[in-house]
Amino acid sequence: MRQMITLTINGKKYKAEEGQNLLQVALDNGIEIPHLCYHEKLTPYGGCRLCLVEVSNRKKTTMTTSCTYPAAQGIKVETDTPQVRKARQRVMEMILALAPDSPGIQRQAHDLGIVKPGFTVESDGCIRCGLCVRACGELVGLNTITFACKGAKRKVEPPYDEEAKSCIGCGTCVVICPTGCLKMKDLGEERRIDKWKRVMEMKKCTECSLPYIPQPQVEFIMDKALEKPPEDWFQKCPDCR
Amino acid sequence: MEQKTTEKIIKKYNCDRHEVLEMLLDIQEKEKYLPRETLDYVSERLDMQPAKLYHLATFYEALSLKPAGRCQVNVCTGTACHVRGAVKILDELEYQLGIKPGEVTSDYNFGLKTVNCVGACALGPLVLVNGEYQGDMTAHKVEKIIKENTDHEDEERKQA
Amino acid sequence: MNRLTSVSELNRLHKDTAAKRGPEKPTITICQGTGCKAYASQEVYKSLEKEIASRGLTEKIGLRGTGCHGFCEQGPMVVIFPEEICYCRVKPEDISEIIEKTVLEKKVIDRLLFKDPVNGERISRESDIPFYKYQNRLIFGKNRLIDPQDIQDYIAIDGYKVMANILAESTPEEVLEQVKKANLRGRGGAGFPAGIKWETTRNAPGNEKCVIVNADEGDPGAYMDRSLLEGNPHLILEGLIIGAYAIGAEEGIIFLRQEYPLALENINLAIKQAQEYGLLGKDILGTGFNFDVRIKRSAGAFVTGESSALVTAIEGNAGEPRPKHLNTAISGVWGRPSNINNVETWANVPVIMDKGVDWYKSIGSKNNPGTKVFSLVGKVNNTGLIEVPLGTPLKTIIYDIGGGIKDGKKFKAVQTGGPSGGCIPEQYLDMPVDFDQLNQIGSMMGSGGMIVMDETSCMVDVARYFMKFLKEESCGKCTSCREGIHMMFNILEAITEGKGHDEDLKLLEDLAWTTENTSLCALGKTASNPVLSTLKYFREEYEAHIKDKRCPAGICRELITYAIDQDKCNGCGRCQKLCSHEAIEGKKKSPLSINTDICTRCGVCLEVCRFSALVVQ
Repeated sequence: MRQMITLTINGKKYKAEEGQNLLQVALDNGIEIPHLCYHEKLTPYGGCRLCLVEVSNRKKTTMTTSCTYPAAQGIKVETDTPQVRKARQRVMEMILALAPDSPGIQRQAHDLGIVKPGFTVESDGCIRCGLCVRACGELVGLNTITFACKGAKRKVEPPYDEEAKSCIGCGTCVVICPTGCLKMKDLGEERRIDKWKRVMEMKKCTECSLPYIPQPQVEFIMDKALEKPPEDWFQKCPDCR
Repeated sequence: MEQKTTEKIIKKYNCDRHEVLEMLLDIQEKEKYLPRETLDYVSERLDMQPAKLYHLATFYEALSLKPAGRCQVNVCTGTACHVRGAVKILDELEYQLGIKPGEVTSDYNFGLKTVNCVGACALGPLVLVNGEYQGDMTAHKVEKIIKENTDHEDEERKQA
Repeated sequence: MNRLTSVSELNRLHKDTAAKRGPEKPTITICQGTGCKAYASQEVYKSLEKEIASRGLTEKIGLRGTGCHGFCEQGPMVVIFPEEICYCRVKPEDISEIIEKTVLEKKVIDRLLFKDPVNGERISRESDIPFYKYQNRLIFGKNRLIDPQDIQDYIAIDGYKVMANILAESTPEEVLEQVKKANLRGRGGAGFPAGIKWETTRNAPGNEKCVIVNADEGDPGAYMDRSLLEGNPHLILEGLIIGAYAIGAEEGIIFLRQEYPLALENINLAIKQAQEYGLLGKDILGTGFNFDVRIKRSAGAFVTGESSALVTAIEGNAGEPRPKHLNTAISGVWGRPSNINNVETWANVPVIMDKGVDWYKSIGSKNNPGTKVFSLVGKVNNTGLIEVPLGTPLKTIIYDIGGGIKDGKKFKAVQTGGPSGGCIPEQYLDMPVDFDQLNQIGSMMGSGGMIVMDETSCMVDVARYFMKFLKEESCGKCTSCREGIHMMFNILEAITEGKGHDEDLKLLEDLAWTTENTSLCALGKTASNPVLSTLKYFREEYEAHIKDKRCPAGICRELITYAIDQDKCNGCGRCQKLCSHEAIEGKKKSPLSINTDICTRCGVCLEVCRFSALVVQ
């Protein structure tokens, strides 16, 4: 159990666990800070730059991402200064330019007062927030996709940009993606995730004959689960079980 | 690359996955690129995801997933060389070889790359031909370099 | 070689090796740095070796391949001791004459001496050459005296003496106090006081501390660190050992660019030799202090020169920086307190501890003590590595040392601080060059690269060049830097192609604000400096590109055309023969002309015309 400390947010005092990230402290106390690349179940990334706040300790004041800054005794946090608002808008203009057709991003941009992107860039709809990569790595434990290259060329893809052979079609990446640029489709006996060039055969229920789970997912669970289900568990779909 | 050579490199660094960059640099030095099978072997031996190695190989300029040209021509695009006209030399090389930086000619005879400052600024503009420093380069000298490094036997065979 | 187990044994070795060198023995030294090697200095060395042997003079004449002398423009450089006669641009064919005339007959060979470009005078002593006269080579000077591949050479000039005395007689706290008092400022970039960093690391909780040499010299045009590591690797090791002692670290890492093969070779050899001699490892010289060093290669990413990215790279990851509140001095490599300093910073340590704080502070300017090694490159006559006291006026550096602008052209600006720095225009030529002054005018010291530009450099193109570099070198993690730099580049490229708009300059300034204030690390935060400083001092050039679609410097391809001056052209046809695009028309013996529809402005014709008949419009 970590030590409890007191800090100030927007002039009010709050208690928090020492070392907990400021964004979570704020959200737990009902203070809204816009964010995109943060998820409470994943290691904070600090990449999207939306959750910027001004933090003052004894020495100085800096503008930094609240998702990566640890709560410490006596620090003062401001989440809504003109500087912070300007910074968030500027960053959001860039993000919207990367995903102009995404309803999720449009909504968040609108909340910040951004109606259209400030620039036109060539984009594939991905904002490089890394949630899919981190979720596949930390939650699923597969690391089947990764960031590749750096700088303006940085993108997310499976190794060699070929089919992500170790992907089990769990859909975690699809659910966690804030832009909706990841699509998972079930077509007949196949499940496809086009962005990862992944095509998986679906296992059919022995009772109702409907394909219901990707074969690789069955193999993964039987291999990695701490408490393994019985051998024939996946013969029937959940409805028929 | 022979598996036993890869194994030797892995053992050189005590099979420590934190030393993976050193291992990749050694492989790159030997093979002039990172062959896929070698990377797969390394990922298996070190119990590391192939995706992680792919990230490293694409992030770092010194590592390459594509084979190099038999004659690798690297143009220094450091600031001093740029100010002394490196762009013209690069353009001329692109035109003469028919490839862009990062590519290799279809017969694998020539590879072209731009590199960040190699620290020989007094010689700028500088081109490295198979690691050899060719300084005081001009667009005019490009043709000569290409002629000198073309595999003549190969050319004759092609023309025959 | 027996391992040295005490300070007195080292002292004895000092005396023995110094005596063996024989200060009066005729010795030929030749620079074997990478710069001179590219001019075939290895061949010159071999020829010297052969010639000396064939004359049976191997015992009488010393031969030493040394580290970089700094005057790269004039390499290969040969300096003959004890007279210090300096010969420039030496070729293998010159060898017998050098041995015959200079070494044996004590006569000077005029044509090989340095010729002053201003008055035509020939200068025979190295230290009299203007390039060297105005320098103060505290750190770099020793390169010319030693063979970097032989530890005995370093010991012969009192190498490791300072370290030995410190380990034997001073406490770590005393050393720390000295370095703090000396106000040694980091020579790698921002000039942060090294003593304070050392203290933070020393006081950080945890017993396993680490000292790191940042040798990932990435600023294009800067190669000081490479030459130091090639030319005098033991100096850096000595500084590192002293620092480790003060900080309480037992582990040292040198993070070195793999693109520097000779530096890698020499530092690897130096470490091995130091270990053999008991100057690294357990119980150094019997003092009870344990410290060892290893090398880790950087794999080609500019961003890994940034401290937190350096740490992630050493740990075997992609070099992505970490949030700034995680001070690497408190939590660095593997979470251990890690003190990271630049090569040149570490090299200053033995010099300071040897001569003392007061002496050190007497050199340089207020709050900026000591010297700085700069790489003076670009459109300057005397290209090379120079070392001057901080506070030396820019004018002295460019004109007295640098010999002025190449080809008699006019000075336009000098770029300092690499991609994080800015341009300094003519009005600041009298400015003293130190950390604080550079910061004040919107540039920064950076690692010490000084790229000199003349009237044929387009400042918009310079800004575009740096944004292109940064767009490729940014790690790409944070939106601000990744997209901000990309957007700035797109705008600048459009401007250089004549596709700029009036709003572009405001847009650039807005993007500059965003990247400066919202980026994760120093790369992003300083990325806009080249843009902002060129905008500040050369706004009219930007406006010419946007409003008039004109490039005043004649550089931007889409905005210039080449033409042949009909009065000067005699139809020799040389350009026509060499034009690979067949854009030059006309018959021989009468003035030719260029078909501007086909011409790509590749520049070959300009280079080869002997009559200056090619004109840029």
